[in-house]
Amino acid sequence: MFYTNGNAFQLLNLQTFILTKRYKYMGVLSFLFSSSLGRKLIMAVTGISLIAFLLVHCLINATVFFNDGGKTFNEAAEFMAHNWFIRTTEILLFVGLLLHIIQGIYLVFDNRKKRSAKYSGKAGNANSTWYSRSMGLLGSIVLIFLVLHLKHFWVVSRFEIPHGLNDENLFAEMVAVFENPIAVIVYVIGCFGLTYHLMHGFGSAFQTFGINHKSYTPFINSVGMAFSFVIPLIFAAIPVVMHLGLIK
Amino acid sequence: MKLDSKIPQGSISDKWTSYKSSVPLVNPANKRNLNIIVVGTGLAGASAAATLAEMGYQVSAFCFQDSPRRAHSIAAQGGINAAKNYQNDGDSVYRLFYDTIKGGDYRSREGNVHRLAEVSTNIIDQCVAQGVPFAREYGGTLSNRSFGGTQVQRTFYAAGQTGQQLLLGAYSALERQVGIGNVKMFARHEMIEVVTIEGKARGIIARNLETGQLERHFAHAVLLCTGGYGNVFYLSTNAMGSNVTAAWKAHRAGAVFGNPCFTQIHPTCIPVSGHYQSKLTLMSESLRNDGRIWVPKKQGDDRHPNDIPEEERDYYLERRYPAFGNLVPRDIASRAAKERCDAGHGVGPSKMAVYLDFKYNMMNKYGKEEASKKGIKNPSDQILLELGRDVIKGKYGNLFDMYKQITDENPYEVPMRIYPAVHYTMGGLWVDYELMTTVPGLYALGEANFSEHGANRLGASALMQGLADGYFVIPYTIGNYLSKEIHTKPISTDHEEFVKAENKAQARINHFLTINGKRSVESYHRELGLIMWNKCGMARNEKGLKEAISEIQALREDFYKNVKVPGSADEFNPELDKAGRVADFLELGELMCLDALHRNESCGGHFREEFQTEEGEALRDDEQYKCVFAWELKGENNWELHREELNYENIKIQQRSYK
Amino acid sequence: MGNSMKINLQVWRQKNAKTEGRFETYQVNASPDMSFLEMFDVLNEELIEDGKEPVAFDHDCREGICGMCSMVINGRPHGPKQAVTTCQLHMRSFNDGDTVVVEPWRANAFPVVKDLSVNRSAFDRIISSGGFVSVNTGNAVDANSILISKEVADTAFESAMCIGCGACVSACKNASAMLFVGAKVTQLSALPQGQPERESRVVAMVNQMDAEGFGACTNTGACAAECPKEIPLSVIATLNREYYKAKLNGK
Repeated sequence: MFYTNGNAFQLLNLQTFILTKRYKYMGVLSFLFSSSLGRKLIMAVTGISLIAFLLVHCLINATVFFNDGGKTFNEAAEFMAHNWFIRTTEILLFVGLLLHIIQGIYLVFDNRKKRSAKYSGKAGNANSTWYSRSMGLLGSIVLIFLVLHLKHFWVVSRFEIPHGLNDENLFAEMVAVFENPIAVIVYVIGCFGLTYHLMHGFGSAFQTFGINHKSYTPFINSVGMAFSFVIPLIFAAIPVVMHLGLIK
Repeated sequence: MKLDSKIPQGSISDKWTSYKSSVPLVNPANKRNLNIIVVGTGLAGASAAATLAEMGYQVSAFCFQDSPRRAHSIAAQGGINAAKNYQNDGDSVYRLFYDTIKGGDYRSREGNVHRLAEVSTNIIDQCVAQGVPFAREYGGTLSNRSFGGTQVQRTFYAAGQTGQQLLLGAYSALERQVGIGNVKMFARHEMIEVVTIEGKARGIIARNLETGQLERHFAHAVLLCTGGYGNVFYLSTNAMGSNVTAAWKAHRAGAVFGNPCFTQIHPTCIPVSGHYQSKLTLMSESLRNDGRIWVPKKQGDDRHPNDIPEEERDYYLERRYPAFGNLVPRDIASRAAKERCDAGHGVGPSKMAVYLDFKYNMMNKYGKEEASKKGIKNPSDQILLELGRDVIKGKYGNLFDMYKQITDENPYEVPMRIYPAVHYTMGGLWVDYELMTTVPGLYALGEANFSEHGANRLGASALMQGLADGYFVIPYTIGNYLSKEIHTKPISTDHEEFVKAENKAQARINHFLTINGKRSVESYHRELGLIMWNKCGMARNEKGLKEAISEIQALREDFYKNVKVPGSADEFNPELDKAGRVADFLELGELMCLDALHRNESCGGHFREEFQTEEGEALRDDEQYKCVFAWELKGENNWELHREELNYENIKIQQRSYK
Repeated sequence: MGNSMKINLQVWRQKNAKTEGRFETYQVNASPDMSFLEMFDVLNEELIEDGKEPVAFDHDCREGICGMCSMVINGRPHGPKQAVTTCQLHMRSFNDGDTVVVEPWRANAFPVVKDLSVNRSAFDRIISSGGFVSVNTGNAVDANSILISKEVADTAFESAMCIGCGACVSACKNASAMLFVGAKVTQLSALPQGQPERESRVVAMVNQMDAEGFGACTNTGACAAECPKEIPLSVIATLNREYYKAKLNGK
């Protein structure tokens, strides 16, 4: 089925093929990969996990604002790097991230196939927000950023410490990376992408879980909006202030 | 031809019960070998198709719309009657029976109407079981409201969309059978010929409207559930596609047509706004529960309605009919509106409208109620109005929105302008007690038949009749015919009668396409409608009807010389579909005028100006016309009149009075 | 009334599903009190008089309830006004001299029949897969023996108002039918009558929805924003919930 032609989309069917055709033992959970609602559920579960991760990540990063030469930050980073629970969660998180990416790409391409003839008239934002319709694009921006980001810090923290004065000085690594203005710009753009990705993703996850009620949905949406602005803002502020030398 | 209505013997309340217990049955194994065609998927068609399929028959269902869910039953707004007596206000099967006969001005059959009243209660049960979300009280019980011509509250409703909810219930039952495989559904198919073999209906020729292909379909029995023919007037509350074609082809194949001139003109519709008008929109009768109808006392009064003081308003229905007031039956309310407008009291730009005003009840009924609930002492008019408005909004919000959308006027602030419009046809194919036409094996259900409403239908009774016929009548009565057909093997559609019928249909289609004249089908339809409305509408007279007949004949002749039907026969071609329908309307129109001309009396919706009381009420002639007029086609535009005498054994006929 | 307006129409013309379509430009004199479909009637009359082929479009009741009319007007199903169908859209919602682009519903699950007319039988098949209560005629108990609170009845009614027009699909960037399916599932799962088949229904309907080639929902909300009957987005949440519950119960 995925040999018929060579486009990228067909390759994505590989995942469907493996997970639904071969691994039948998944039984009750096979719908997660075979039905449109199952795929959505994966997006929502992994999305919410990533949101939880962002919160933790952001809290730790925010410790640089103590401006203590990275002391607190490095302690926290070391804890995160050596705690067995965190390390295990990290693996799950990576699996989740991967699923989020693969399902996301699948949905974008599969959904695109459902309307071969496009509209000529434009509704603009009359019925939906631009970012809710551009999750694929926003996700890709975040992904590009993420690759770079993982290379800058995760790979470094886990496998090598080139600028290391002592064993694990991730703070110093940050200072070094953000000396480069291009890196700072890329990080800020990444955070913009993240903001809009979250503005839709946060509330959307709850809707997918089936949580929609007139008394608490407005609250969830407000929290989502606040989260989408505050978290990426903190993230984006770090490279900027470091580049400007306000934090050393 | 002798018309036999086959009314069972026995007392009125036992007829249906004893019929059901003695009618021959078809055993389940044989049902599987019997095919039934159902044409039309409105309330009658969908309920019949679903129920017959549940029983085990092989059903093929046809509709011209793109989905069975779109049949025009969906547009019924107000409600459905049933003699449940849930309101403990003295309702009973007999009272519903009585109201319906009286409402129909003593021109319907006792036996049929009593059966209708009996099964009315089962309909509500069935619909609730299907998940139809009827309006409810806080305690969880069903809610009721009043409709015209009755003094009890027996109308069940789902906001202003009762027809929609009932149809979706029947549609879901139908789709369930489609899924199971007992019903084959043919959407975008129009029946254009009935096929009879040795005098019995054995199938139809249908046209696939998407491809233009003609198809032959065999069945042991054919059910026409194709609705009414109000669109003969061009402007009506019917859907654009509603047509008489199926019934007319049945008429041409030998089925006798009953009371064709009995047309219901609904009193509360949004008035015509311009020459381009394509249809009229109904404002539900339920609005008359809370709206008061008036015109200015002064002729040609051009003041804004809100500037006309109370004492200069003529609440003419309340004045003329104090017992029923604004809730008189439709024929009476319509005629009264026409009388006022003709007398120069009409309002609005066209002067062909009257006011339907909610302000009084908003303030004095609901406003005061709400104020007292909320404990507001001595509320100002403004507060009363605001409180009352919310209640009215809750009850009729969607209708008010629709009115505003169409007229660009806010009915919460300004009274609605309304005028009567063609709404329903009581006439239709003549059927006996078993709903069979004069062609054996050919049945007519719902609005397509003539039976239960006499010369005027009461509000909320059309839904009741459609579902009664489909859910609870035909499943029994068809057994009487089919039990004798169990040895009939399916007849090949290569049979010469099928070939002949198809050729006839094909020739007609080719003819339309080759006339190649100058005028559009629509223009003929519009012209026919105008003739019908002016001369065979709310008021009729001998001179007008005679003129109408010759005008229609001339128009028909011109149609076949000058009509332009674009496109071809082998594609989706709505103009061609319309041509066939209008051609049939051009024949039906003549028959309607002929019928009206022969009925030298006034009754219900049929008002002959020559026959009225001094007060302008309809004057019946029970000596001569206490009967059904049933017309048999004897050749092109040549009809023979048969009469079915109506006997009233359980109701004393009297001058209908709502005063 | 009487004051006329000129409308420049760009209308999608397509002979049938197998052929390519294109836009054609027409000019129509309309009156502000006309409905959008009456404006098309006027156009068609003129086309027929000129010996040209009229524009095919679906319409029937013209009072906003049958769900047959289906035009995407300037990129929006049923045009620019909230909570109205095309047949209830009046020309007073446009200005003299406006250019108006009119297209059919576009979704692979709704193939074009001709011009602006599409085939929506996929919706019928979804209902036929499970959008019902299995109760044969004659099986019902007395209507008032099932008590249903006003709130539940209102919730059921709110979602039962769906007219099956397909505007949700046409508005959705993914051509998803979730609002349509969600409305029916919400109605029947709210009511006591719908309980026995509650789980099998939702699974069957979602399977059919996927098989018909509708896209997956990405919660953009365009469907509810364009729904002429204002079916709320919460019906999709209900659908999700019902489906996951049924799946986790092994349905």
